[in-house]
Amino acid sequence: MTDARADIFANIRRSLGVTGNEATRRMEVADRVARAPRGVIPQRGQVADEARVALFRAQAEAVQATTVAVDSVADVPAAVANYLRDHNLPATIRMGGDLRLTAMPWGDTALELKHGPSDGNDLNAVSHSLCAIAETGTLVMTAGPDNPTTLNFLPDNHIVIVNARDLVGDMEEAWSKVRIAYGKGEMPRVVNFITGPSRSADIGQTMLLGAHGPRSLHVIVVKG
Amino acid sequence: MTAHATSPQFKANATRALADPNLQAALLKMRTGFIDRRAAAVDRLPEFDALRDSARDIKNHTLAHLDLYLEEYERNVRAAGGQVHFARDAEEARRIVLDLCRRYDAKTAAKGKSMISEEIGLNQAMEAAGVAPVETDLGEYIIQLRNEPPSHIIAPAVHINPEQVEADFRRVHTHLDPARDLHEPTQLLTEARQVLRRKYFEADIGITGANFLIAETGSSVIVTNEGNGDLSQTLPKAHIVLASIEKLVPTLEDASQILRVLARSATGQEMSVYTTVSTGPRRQSDPDGPGAYHVVLLDNGRSAMLGTQFQDMLRCIRCGACMNHCPVYHAVGGHAYGWVYPGPMGAVLTPSLIGVDKGGQLPNASTFCGRCESVCPMKIPLPKMMRHWREREFERHLTPAAVRYGLGLWSFFARRPALYRLATRAAMGTLSLAGRARGRFRWLPLAGGWTKYRDFPAPQGDTFQARWRKERGGRA
Ligand code: SF4
Repeated sequence: MTDARADIFANIRRSLGVTGNEATRRMEVADRVARAPRGVIPQRGQVADEARVALFRAQAEAVQATTVAVDSVADVPAAVANYLRDHNLPATIRMGGDLRLTAMPWGDTALELKHGPSDGNDLNAVSHSLCAIAETGTLVMTAGPDNPTTLNFLPDNHIVIVNARDLVGDMEEAWSKVRIAYGKGEMPRVVNFITGPSRSADIGQTMLLGAHGPRSLHVIVVKG
Repeated sequence: MTAHATSPQFKANATRALADPNLQAALLKMRTGFIDRRAAAVDRLPEFDALRDSARDIKNHTLAHLDLYLEEYERNVRAAGGQVHFARDAEEARRIVLDLCRRYDAKTAAKGKSMISEEIGLNQAMEAAGVAPVETDLGEYIIQLRNEPPSHIIAPAVHINPEQVEADFRRVHTHLDPARDLHEPTQLLTEARQVLRRKYFEADIGITGANFLIAETGSSVIVTNEGNGDLSQTLPKAHIVLASIEKLVPTLEDASQILRVLARSATGQEMSVYTTVSTGPRRQSDPDGPGAYHVVLLDNGRSAMLGTQFQDMLRCIRCGACMNHCPVYHAVGGHAYGWVYPGPMGAVLTPSLIGVDKGGQLPNASTFCGRCESVCPMKIPLPKMMRHWREREFERHLTPAAVRYGLGLWSFFARRPALYRLATRAAMGTLSLAGRARGRFRWLPLAGGWTKYRDFPAPQGDTFQARWRKERGGRA
């Protein structure tokens, strides 16, 4: 039997009428991959500072996330505790090893902390996002020990911290942040773009929240 | 062999569909829902049309350089520790997946939604090999319980109502209290969530599709609302991505452009809830994620579409907008098309993928009203390509005589007034029962040319014909 890979490449090249050795085609492809040009960027996200924070929060809330803004990282643990209390949730949270999270004054609250990935038995998780996109109210999470992927999906309630200075206008700007953090062409194992809590419209064509992922998504924006 | 096709029996399928009151009620509901939500989302983004052009140009460029982007993609998957397997056809793809199942000693597989899995008939092959496939997308789970194919590419169970789901759950979830309350859709959702939670943890491998493959980084992208694809790929030992070769785009930026038109066209959302970009298996420092990452790249007739008048079809991002706006789909639903891909995109793609002898009827299932092309985010000239198929079919003399003399499936409906009456009556009854009558239809399945220019008054209560008979009968 001939090689499937070779056959498929031969078919593609025959159909396109090319050999694969054309220098101009190769250059075009190498150039596009290297430059990664941006296309049409919607105006909506192109606002700065306070307006960007406001847009992000409005967009996230439009897709049933809840948001709150706090003045500094020192205020985050209390904001988490308040959220859990207001929703009658147990005062337990799980988080990864992100230093931005672990350095917060959790001791000022009565919260019980667990660390590491989730085995499915956690009600509440806290993660720190790499950045967030104002255009669509989207959180950008990167996998690794700092913020394990399972925390994004298994717990019922997901609380995500984002710094106001990490808010970007659009997805293209988010990719710039990923490239600064990881290097061009290098990727974290997973980048999760999260826009609101989990939902499904597969029963009776009605949108219902809490399908397989978190039933609630709460975003704490740190201004300072 | 790909998944079994009943496309040659389109007319018989359509007849059954028209007489199915549950289906007709579901189709009436989806018609307004999908269309209104898409229109609202498009209105909110002034750059939508410019993004459509951008998306079309990206795909055209990629297809013209597909061999080179595939090489780049493959290189980068390997660099990230993943493996790429090429499959010329459905059988080869199934064999690769089954070999991987054996390699990981898999008893069960958690599956995210994948049209390629449907195309290659993977579930049947896995079952035959003793591996239990568990569909985790709620719609796919429901149709798996019912042993049915999907009827829509993004809403596979759109033809099923909550009462039917309740009956299926009671039939299959026998470990749960038979007296439990399931009359609310949220209760059904909660039950599915609990049942499937266990399955993710039991699964040895996770299988997902891919909305995009990114050459620059060797990444695969899935887009979901439920989070099921993410759990399917994160928890098991190995992640297998099923994708066809035209899913490629050059860069992350290019995927971002197309993502902006995808969710809006599909569900009217600005972004789906979860857009996940995956690159290779779990790394040394990772506390979670799959230990292995495989991509099965399927051709199955696509490379032969390049360079032909059907190349444009390879831009399709499977958003479903063409079927959501299609009067023929609205009349008969997805199953009538008889294979994996329904609606206008299916009418063009099916003959390309399974042959004109099996799929050649479908390009006739059109009123040529042009709505599909006008909403397609990738600006695919669907009616033109359906016409190409009709011409080819004519030349091959595969066409039934009626079609050769200028009558199509359109006339099949028009020539059966009794059938049409039955279908509309069933639909009206449900409409007024549900209290959703909006007074007017913006178009009717079988009179596209006419209602394109004027609204058709929706009968209040009975159909006109039924009322006429009743009133005359009362007087007599
Ligand atoms: S043909 Fe166009 S509208 Fe239809 S599914 Fe494909 S991209 Fe969407």
